[in-house]
Amino acid sequence: MTRTATPPPAPTFGARRRRVPVPHKRAIAFFVLPFGTLFALFYALPVGYAVWQSLLVVEREGTFGPAREVFGGLTQYAQVVQNGPFWASVGRVLLFGVVQVPVMLALALVFALLLDSPLLRGKRFFRLAFFVPYAVPGVVAAIMWGFLYSPRLSPFAAVTSRVDLLSADVVLWAIANVVTWVYVGYNMLIIYSSLLAIPTEVHEAARLDGAGQVRIAWSVKIPLVMPAIVLTTVFSIIGTLQLLAEPQVFRSFSSAVTSTFTPNLTVYSTSSVPNFHLAAAFSVVLAVATFVLSFTFLKLTQKKGVQ
Amino acid sequence: MSAATRTRPAPASTRTAGGVRESPLSRAAAMLVMGVFTLYFLVPIWWLLVSATKDRGQFTSTNPLWFADMNLVENVSALLRYDGGIFVRWMGNSVAYTAGGAFLATLLAAMCGYALAKYRFLGREAVFNVVLGGVLVPATALALPLFLIFSQVNLTNTFWAVFLPSLVSPFGVYLTRIFAAASVPDELLEAARLDGSSEVRTFFTVSVRLMFPALVTVFLFQFVAIWNNFFLPLIMLRDEAVFPVTLGLYSWNTQVNQIPELRGYVLVGALLSIVPLIVTFLLLQRFWRNGLGAGAVK
Repeated sequence: MTRTATPPPAPTFGARRRRVPVPHKRAIAFFVLPFGTLFALFYALPVGYAVWQSLLVVEREGTFGPAREVFGGLTQYAQVVQNGPFWASVGRVLLFGVVQVPVMLALALVFALLLDSPLLRGKRFFRLAFFVPYAVPGVVAAIMWGFLYSPRLSPFAAVTSRVDLLSADVVLWAIANVVTWVYVGYNMLIIYSSLLAIPTEVHEAARLDGAGQVRIAWSVKIPLVMPAIVLTTVFSIIGTLQLLAEPQVFRSFSSAVTSTFTPNLTVYSTSSVPNFHLAAAFSVVLAVATFVLSFTFLKLTQKKGVQ
Repeated sequence: MSAATRTRPAPASTRTAGGVRESPLSRAAAMLVMGVFTLYFLVPIWWLLVSATKDRGQFTSTNPLWFADMNLVENVSALLRYDGGIFVRWMGNSVAYTAGGAFLATLLAAMCGYALAKYRFLGREAVFNVVLGGVLVPATALALPLFLIFSQVNLTNTFWAVFLPSLVSPFGVYLTRIFAAASVPDELLEAARLDGSSEVRTFFTVSVRLMFPALVTVFLFQFVAIWNNFFLPLIMLRDEAVFPVTLGLYSWNTQVNQIPELRGYVLVGALLSIVPLIVTFLLLQRFWRNGLGAGAVK
């Protein structure tokens, strides 16, 4: 591996055009192959395998005959289209996302702007205090809040004994609160570190021109941290569609959370039937939907940025 | 990219431009907002801490937000002894999954991202685009097909079934590529070559140091992702002996109605399970403060 600046003499591949030979081929292979292999095995292969599985159906000869897997084309996808509970779960997480993501990011943005403004004392403390919930795994946070919501055990019994936060109408928003509690501080930090990158002179000039802190935030800072806001939005969209741990935990606290409450719960309960082919089709639809949603959002915001 | 890791010259608190003063009213309002939300973020954890110190009778009969008789030591030792010390085992599993996985994932991602940034080779852009697509593929969509693949080779229900998939961090490749492009100068690599250093040695002795802030960020992201991972273990593992702590606490929590004594263990266990992450965050604070936003700056 003691290669020096002298490139290897022989041209490597793609000899149709005259191209510059690739120097350091072995080093490149050393750097790329470990990740590349694992990526192929545990990312690309599963995606392909899920698509393949979703195209199979199980056939039996008679009622008790041996089961055989045969190619079924889009049969499973026809099932997905007709599956009422699945689409209800998709609708539920979309509703969840439309409300929870903007609320969470608005809070994160306000906190980040306050941290960046000269209005606060004890910034170090606030930054840490708001970020601590991010250290709590989703499962543990859900268990904790599950206790806090329950009418008998809650320290806020005055509230929880009057309003049943675990009832069918409210439990979705009870879960939204858990997710918000965990992730606000994390999103706040992403936006805040982006605010720190703005040169101080920019808003000092605005301040001397007589702009108030609100005005500076709105007209100077927010436009400059747009990339950070876009990034956190995309992550939040992906996260919302993947909702699983919190509702799965809440099934122990509330009978209102069914086994098809979110798309991922549907995947899980379908695969425990077990009906792997249909579950694979659900997974593929969900992955494509996530990909399309976040990709579209990225493209839309990039266009806006150009204008 | 590099802008995000640069800190401002002046400390934030002295930043009142040219003597312009903020009104006391807006100061008070800002402090009030932050104060109220501090309660929102910390009271649940305070409650967990207080609850973990109570015995079963006092848990329901005393003020939930203040201490009664101090039983923390008894509670913790009961938890650690319960069921042959299974909780200790879970914590150990989580540490192994997380620390090992995050470290290796960071190293592999850094090597790949570095190669994509610093070398020209055929298919470089194709590789990068595939990896970028991988960033947008949700990890949970992979859990079920991974289970099916691992069951083909009889590896479900083992440590490797959860550990191996967590070594892949497409986001890490993305981040380290951008960072390496901005922070590792080509001239430096040329100089190292002239000095006779091999490419691999240059990477480990020179480039890794320059990329360090990005590496810490990737490590933290992956650390949290693995520590919090739930779907993959849920779908892969049946044997309690290989559970991570999240799955273990979850399985206890589902049995609380049958075995009421588990409720106390769940609470004390929940408290213990968040300690390692908080310690890691505090230790690496200096780095994540600047590094977390690194992905956001183009």
